[in-house]
Amino acid sequence: MSTHTESHTHHGGPKIYTANLFALLFLTIITVAAASFNFGSANVVIALAIASVKAILVGLFFMHLIWDKPVNAIVIIAGFLFLGIFLMFDFLDVTTRDGMQPRNMPVMENATPVPDTMNPLKAAPPKPLEPAPAAPEEHK
Amino acid sequence: MSTSSTSDVHAHGGHGEHEHNPHHQHHFATMEQQFDTSKLGMWLFLATEILLFGGLFVGFGLMQHRYPREFVEAHEHLKQLVFGQHFPLYGALNTIVLLVSSWTMVMGVNAAQTNQKQKTVRYLVLTILLACVFLVVKYVEYEHKFADHLLPGIFYGHQAEDLIKGTHGYATFFSFYFMMTGLHGIHVLVGIGLLGWLVMRARRGEFSSDYYTPVDLVGLYWHIVDMIWIYLFPLYYLIS
Repeated sequence: MSTHTESHTHHGGPKIYTANLFALLFLTIITVAAASFNFGSANVVIALAIASVKAILVGLFFMHLIWDKPVNAIVIIAGFLFLGIFLMFDFLDVTTRDGMQPRNMPVMENATPVPDTMNPLKAAPPKPLEPAPAAPEEHK
Repeated sequence: MSTSSTSDVHAHGGHGEHEHNPHHQHHFATMEQQFDTSKLGMWLFLATEILLFGGLFVGFGLMQHRYPREFVEAHEHLKQLVFGQHFPLYGALNTIVLLVSSWTMVMGVNAAQTNQKQKTVRYLVLTILLACVFLVVKYVEYEHKFADHLLPGIFYGHQAEDLIKGTHGYATFFSFYFMMTGLHGIHVLVGIGLLGWLVMRARRGEFSSDYYTPVDLVGLYWHIVDMIWIYLFPLYYLIS
């Protein structure tokens, strides 16, 4: 069991944990202070950046990732990576919806006019509705 | 090392320093392998927790994109007047409580690793107390929301607002607020249960430098709960 007991001695220690706690509390004060200023849309980015630094500090020292076997870090980084992909594609979708229209959509103002031949509504106008109501009567 | 432990499988105790650990399960070659396996399993679970809360965070982000004005106005209700200033008192207080509880947790793990039984129990009990403080603050905060009818979805009925213009946005904000802080609160409750179980086992002296896996894994769980709050706090209480 000698290798097992040796592996404990590499793990942090009260001093590192306490220093980490104070760093986290300091960053909390920073994030509250930063929110009281108006940086426009940068406020969210700043808040998330500080939160991410705090999360990384918790992960590295409180959760021992810095001393651990890398496989655990790979697992959790993969989790965050896929969350990032999820977030990215959702925002790519909702933030670009207004700018994209189907080519044959005729109702939009300021849209590039579509040639009539490519517009199904104009190229092939629907047949007049008169024959339709007459049809059931013929079968009687 | 592997040879000594395989020969120990059927010989319980009585081998001096190569004594078979009672927590050593026979399908693992060594205690270290057993520990690493448990830990990897825990990290996989934590990754699913990230995805669980991640879905809610993405939904929150999308709705904030849709109702930017209503979300900023609604979040003002999460703030309190402190010395004439609007300040997210409960949110900031709970952030500090959770960060300190993460520290007591990691100190408890450290005490278990270094065979300090009394210290382990003391730090674990402290962590439970801080978790209870968190829930009490949460309760007071929820109580204020209930009194003001700041409730999720169709239950939203705050009369002071412009009911036609902003109700959808406000109701959506409070749906996400209660869903996410509520789910987080349930995680804190589960954490209290797990910590209580650890205190019982630690008092019986079951943990030592050779076997502290449960303390370590509950510690990881507790830190991920803290980590989720680290993201919840600025997104809910500090929008502008």
